[in-house]
Amino acid sequence: MKKQLILIGNGMAGVRCIEQIIKLNPNKFEITIFGSEPHPNYNRIMLSSVLAGDAEMKDIVINDWDWYKDNNISFYPGETVVSIDTTKQTVSSNKDRTISYDELIIATGSLPFMLPIPGADKEGVIAFRDIKDCEAMVDASKKYKKAIVIGGGLLGLEAARGLLNLKMDVSVVHISNYLMERQLDETAARMLQRELEGQGMRFLLEKNSESIIGRKRVSALRFKDGTEEPADLIVMAVGIKPNIEVAKLAGVTINRGIVVNDVLETNTPHVYAVGECAEHRGVAYGLVAPLWEQGAVLARNLCGVEGDTYQGSILSTKLKVSGVDVFSAGQFTDDASTRSVRVQDDFTGIYKKVLIRDGKIVGAVLFGDITDSSQLFKLIRTGEDVTGREKTIVLGESDGSKSGGISVADMPDDEQICGCNGVSKGTIVQAIQERGLNSVDGVRACTKASGGCGSCKPLVADILKCVLGDEAAEDKAGICTCTELGRDEVVAAIRNMELSTSKEVRNVLGWKNPEGCSKCRPALNYYLGMVWPEDHADERESRFVNERNHANIQKDGTYSVVPRIYGGVTSPKELKRIAEVAEKYDVPLVKITGGQRLDLFGVKKEDLPSMWEDLDMPSGYAYGKALRTVKTCVGSTFCRFGTQDAMAMGIQLEKKFERLNTPAKVKMAVSGCPRNCAEATIKDVGVVAVDNGWEIFVAGNGGAKVRESDLLVKVKTDEEVMEYSAAYLQYYRENANYNERTAPWVERVGLDSIKSALETAEQRKALIERIDHALGLLVDPWKEAIEEKAVRSLYEAIPVPVKG
Amino acid sequence: MERVVVARVDDIPMLRGRSVMAGGIEIALFRLSNGDIKAIENSCPHKQGKLSEGIVCDNHVFCPLHDWKINVNDGNVQAPDEGCVHTFDVEVDPATGEISVLIHGVISGLGA
Repeated sequence: MKKQLILIGNGMAGVRCIEQIIKLNPNKFEITIFGSEPHPNYNRIMLSSVLAGDAEMKDIVINDWDWYKDNNISFYPGETVVSIDTTKQTVSSNKDRTISYDELIIATGSLPFMLPIPGADKEGVIAFRDIKDCEAMVDASKKYKKAIVIGGGLLGLEAARGLLNLKMDVSVVHISNYLMERQLDETAARMLQRELEGQGMRFLLEKNSESIIGRKRVSALRFKDGTEEPADLIVMAVGIKPNIEVAKLAGVTINRGIVVNDVLETNTPHVYAVGECAEHRGVAYGLVAPLWEQGAVLARNLCGVEGDTYQGSILSTKLKVSGVDVFSAGQFTDDASTRSVRVQDDFTGIYKKVLIRDGKIVGAVLFGDITDSSQLFKLIRTGEDVTGREKTIVLGESDGSKSGGISVADMPDDEQICGCNGVSKGTIVQAIQERGLNSVDGVRACTKASGGCGSCKPLVADILKCVLGDEAAEDKAGICTCTELGRDEVVAAIRNMELSTSKEVRNVLGWKNPEGCSKCRPALNYYLGMVWPEDHADERESRFVNERNHANIQKDGTYSVVPRIYGGVTSPKELKRIAEVAEKYDVPLVKITGGQRLDLFGVKKEDLPSMWEDLDMPSGYAYGKALRTVKTCVGSTFCRFGTQDAMAMGIQLEKKFERLNTPAKVKMAVSGCPRNCAEATIKDVGVVAVDNGWEIFVAGNGGAKVRESDLLVKVKTDEEVMEYSAAYLQYYRENANYNERTAPWVERVGLDSIKSALETAEQRKALIERIDHALGLLVDPWKEAIEEKAVRSLYEAIPVPVKG
Repeated sequence: MERVVVARVDDIPMLRGRSVMAGGIEIALFRLSNGDIKAIENSCPHKQGKLSEGIVCDNHVFCPLHDWKINVNDGNVQAPDEGCVHTFDVEVDPATGEISVLIHGVISGLGA
């Protein structure tokens, strides 16, 4: 019989843990969830976006009603657990339901702290915690004008910004003499205050609330100094306290929160706690990342994966209020043992402070420019010694000038900068000046410059510098405009928090657009598949059309078909079959490609599966971010100069790596002698035969930006060619940005870093194991489309139903 | 006005598009994550890309040819590009899942 698992609390931390349990062992538990709110599980962090009008309620649901049904979870929404009997192992709800458990997870979250002042129970006094509070604010904004937010912390400022968006007059009352004193120092807080005042917020600092005045509904707030401030709505955002009532009644050990050990156990057997209600090593966390880590650890322990413990988290904060960039992490106020590096520029509104103790960065506050935040946070977490580099970390390299090349300042205005979209220098300069742009992203959004192949990005950046000088923003690290997180942070989050769908990634990492964009959707799908080859279900809706349909779309909406011809070696029989298929489907153009194969153009989408069936050849992946082709010369088989069998080597490589998903397309070539007729030195991986072995070249490119490849290694045997190619490709898969070809990748990270990652036999072996695992899971997509009805039907026209 | 049954909800996977013909017009149907079905002209105003093959995000579809972003509710092309595509009212029969598109007379500027 399955064990009974009960979760009290339908919030982010608890449900996250359940998701992990279902993933690890779907049949281990009979699961029951109680939730006080009458909603399915939603993303509480996004409430401020709902209030700010950027998202709707339905957008922030993480798991909808169907999820509970699909996973056989007994879900009791709008029902609160009021008691736990830890001896009998039962819980009872406010609707007189009593259920017994084998294991119990308490994830009751926290409660908003309401100031116990006279009048706090009046109509129009609310907290900012759940959907109900958001609705109350929206309703109030329709009838009333004047709002007060008590609390100038993170939550209070988010609430205030939301109320401004709802067109209310907003005053923020704060007890300290500056805002966000738990995350910012006074200098940053003053800059923030000035910025928010510019947006229309009013601040009443060092004000101690005494009572709330009004008949039935609130009419004003009175302070201890005797002054009053009129209000139709008061939002209390002075803090949260762990919601521990039910645990306390049951006799579970409580301090500030429910006390748990490193595996999230309370002192009571079979009772666990995660999330904001839990206190671990004296800390009760209120941010999402730690809660996620706790959920993952508990899930693994409940499913019998041993040896995994939670060690606490270092916190960082980014203010999610529009138009203000604030970041804080670790220790942010100086003490006797710290020294700091600071930059303050009141004119452009930038402030940076980094605190260093014993050569290590222990904390940072950034205001106005948070481009360094991810690098700083990484240094704080890793505790890397930065002695001697303190200044450059904050100020950047002092010598930022570039030498050589034609200066963009000297270019005429009509000079074309972006060849793909036909954008001239003059248009870009005008857009920067008239629309106040300061980043490459901004220029792309307004003019489309650098939106095509992207090769003019450095030129656009130079123009920005030329027009704005130092005011040009450094390129944001974000993988797209939905997020400011870079590739490394996203991949680290996928690994550490065990995220396995792109929706989860966007939810947890606070994406600006809930469903992403055409840039990040395919990227996240790639990263997830790379990290979790087995568990991540490929998201076809996130694939670009060519990869979704396994053919290349052409400008008229037809497709082109390229079957796999290993190493460019074919036979009369195969050629005849291709010719017959081309005739049967009236293919208007047959072309020999640059990669030694045949391309059949002008194919209708609905003809694709039957054409593939008639061809009876594997997909050539001419459409994919994958291995395209391995070009070969004829080698020692016929050539009088050939020293090795280039064709056999090429075919072996192509058979081994075909279908592999890679960050960007991968082209390979094998030449049978140093004359290099297969042009292997402008390929992503090129193999050139020498007298007593092979030379392996990497990171060549023959496309938009020609780059001669670098010699990775010289080897003696065919086996070693396979070994190094596999290790190199896997290292590329695991470390490059999505859509980054090997050439710019190697230039970015440096060939030496790659050489050292492939240096020892053990290193290569580990990489090869992972690439073999990924390769072993792949099937030919054309075959799948031929055989699986559900896939095939999506290529065909929808059968016309009866006219209604 | 003509009301044409063009597909069933099950014909369209979540966050995907399909192309159908109605009244001589090629229409792109989309199934959004909230379950709504949307219908717009299946031709990008830029270079006539098939929008039914685009990536669907929230209320937008990105054209597969040059990444133009189009709102599937009002048909408006999003900045920095400009233009709009025709939108069609949709009715879904909750019992059968049949999707009908409402075609109003002759629509000027639409190629059949």
